[in-house]
Amino acid sequence: MTCEEAEVLIHALIDGELDAGHAREVEAHVEGCAHCAALMKEYQEIRQAIAESDVRYKAPLELRRKIEKALPQPQPQAAPTRRSVLRGFAMGSAVSAMAATGLVAIVLRNDDEQRIENEVVSAHLRSLQAGHLIDVVSTDQHTVKPWFNGKLDVSPPVIDLTAQGFTLIGGRLDYVNAREIGAVVYKRRQHVINLFVAQTANTERKTAKISTLQGFNIRRWSDRGLNYWAVSDLGADELTEFGDKFESAMRANKEG
Amino acid sequence: MVVNASQDDPEKARRFREAALPYLDDAYTLARYLLRDAADAEDAVQECYLRAYKHFDSYRGPAMKPWLFAILRNVCRAEYARRKTAPTVVEELPEGGDQTPMWNEAPETPEKQLLRRFDGDTVRKLVAALAEPFRETFVLREIQNLSYREIADVAAVPVGTVMSRLARARAMLRSAWLAEQEQVK
Ligand SMILES: [Zn+2]
Repeated sequence: MTCEEAEVLIHALIDGELDAGHAREVEAHVEGCAHCAALMKEYQEIRQAIAESDVRYKAPLELRRKIEKALPQPQPQAAPTRRSVLRGFAMGSAVSAMAATGLVAIVLRNDDEQRIENEVVSAHLRSLQAGHLIDVVSTDQHTVKPWFNGKLDVSPPVIDLTAQGFTLIGGRLDYVNAREIGAVVYKRRQHVINLFVAQTANTERKTAKISTLQGFNIRRWSDRGLNYWAVSDLGADELTEFGDKFESAMRANKEG
Repeated sequence: MVVNASQDDPEKARRFREAALPYLDDAYTLARYLLRDAADAEDAVQECYLRAYKHFDSYRGPAMKPWLFAILRNVCRAEYARRKTAPTVVEELPEGGDQTPMWNEAPETPEKQLLRRFDGDTVRKLVAALAEPFRETFVLREIQNLSYREIADVAAVPVGTVMSRLARARAMLRSAWLAEQEQVK
């Protein structure tokens, strides 16, 4: 691979857009080329700097109001709301409730997985901006857990992992894959971990997978009808440790 | 701006609110970078949401954000036309051309020198100063976190063009960053 090619492809590498084969090729070039290695490092630093600075704008309230006003207003006695439908869904007859409402199963196709991981990383980045991280601030799982009740169809499990070295700092409602989902927020040292939890119709257990996107590590797994994404700038080893501790605490909870 | 009676379907409006309003800040951010003017951005986003609502029946997904962005981008282009002063467009390299790519021109930095961190205003200024179409590509990727495929769909260009624009955009931003760093030294 020439430097000229590498100088374009390192961007796709940084962005996690290359397939494994090409990624290896670019990585091999960068390892043996000081010029491209230095460039890539700078691009990553700039990207990190942008991610950590406040480059986004908040829509003025007045704009939100104007748009709201232009839309037909909801009527109280309309068709069953998604919430009531999903309540039935959560009570067990998943398949029939979904068939009845045409609700699409949230089963990830492969090409969706990457998109959702992208969204999860976006949500993580959004959360790092000033004042966005936590809706309910508490290190007490018995405060955070009930806070989610009524806000989401299925509340995410909230587990205190302080003794295991991951401090629970609160919870937040977020928006991923066009739906509201819960985010449980932990910290290790100065590193934030967002644990996103979404309901899925697929109850199959999926073992954890670690991936890297835009410099963040994502540990993704599924268990008992919930999809989990833990996102952090922690190293893959520490994020794996977090996931393992979380999963064993869940198992202990279930057994105990 | 009132939606006409045939559009007056509360169930549709509810679904639209749920699907589209969470992206209001994202849309406004994109409009601010594309138009570089707060009032124009506000108008564009409002128009975008009205158009999106009108076409919501034909929306088939999968992702709402790029869909909204594609509409917003068209609105912004109309705004460029209205201003009649098109944004400064830098000549793009023809695909497959054999000229030396511009991203080679970026100055070398001595190794180990750390990039300086700037405050949000400075970073916004540096990004806003990028020329189109590189600014658009850059903002969609770096600030909006769209995948290359999604950016290609929003900007209606091939993925290869997204890659070369992004490489160029990052190279331009890097130069501007280093120049700014030099200045404040
Ligand atoms: Zn090289």
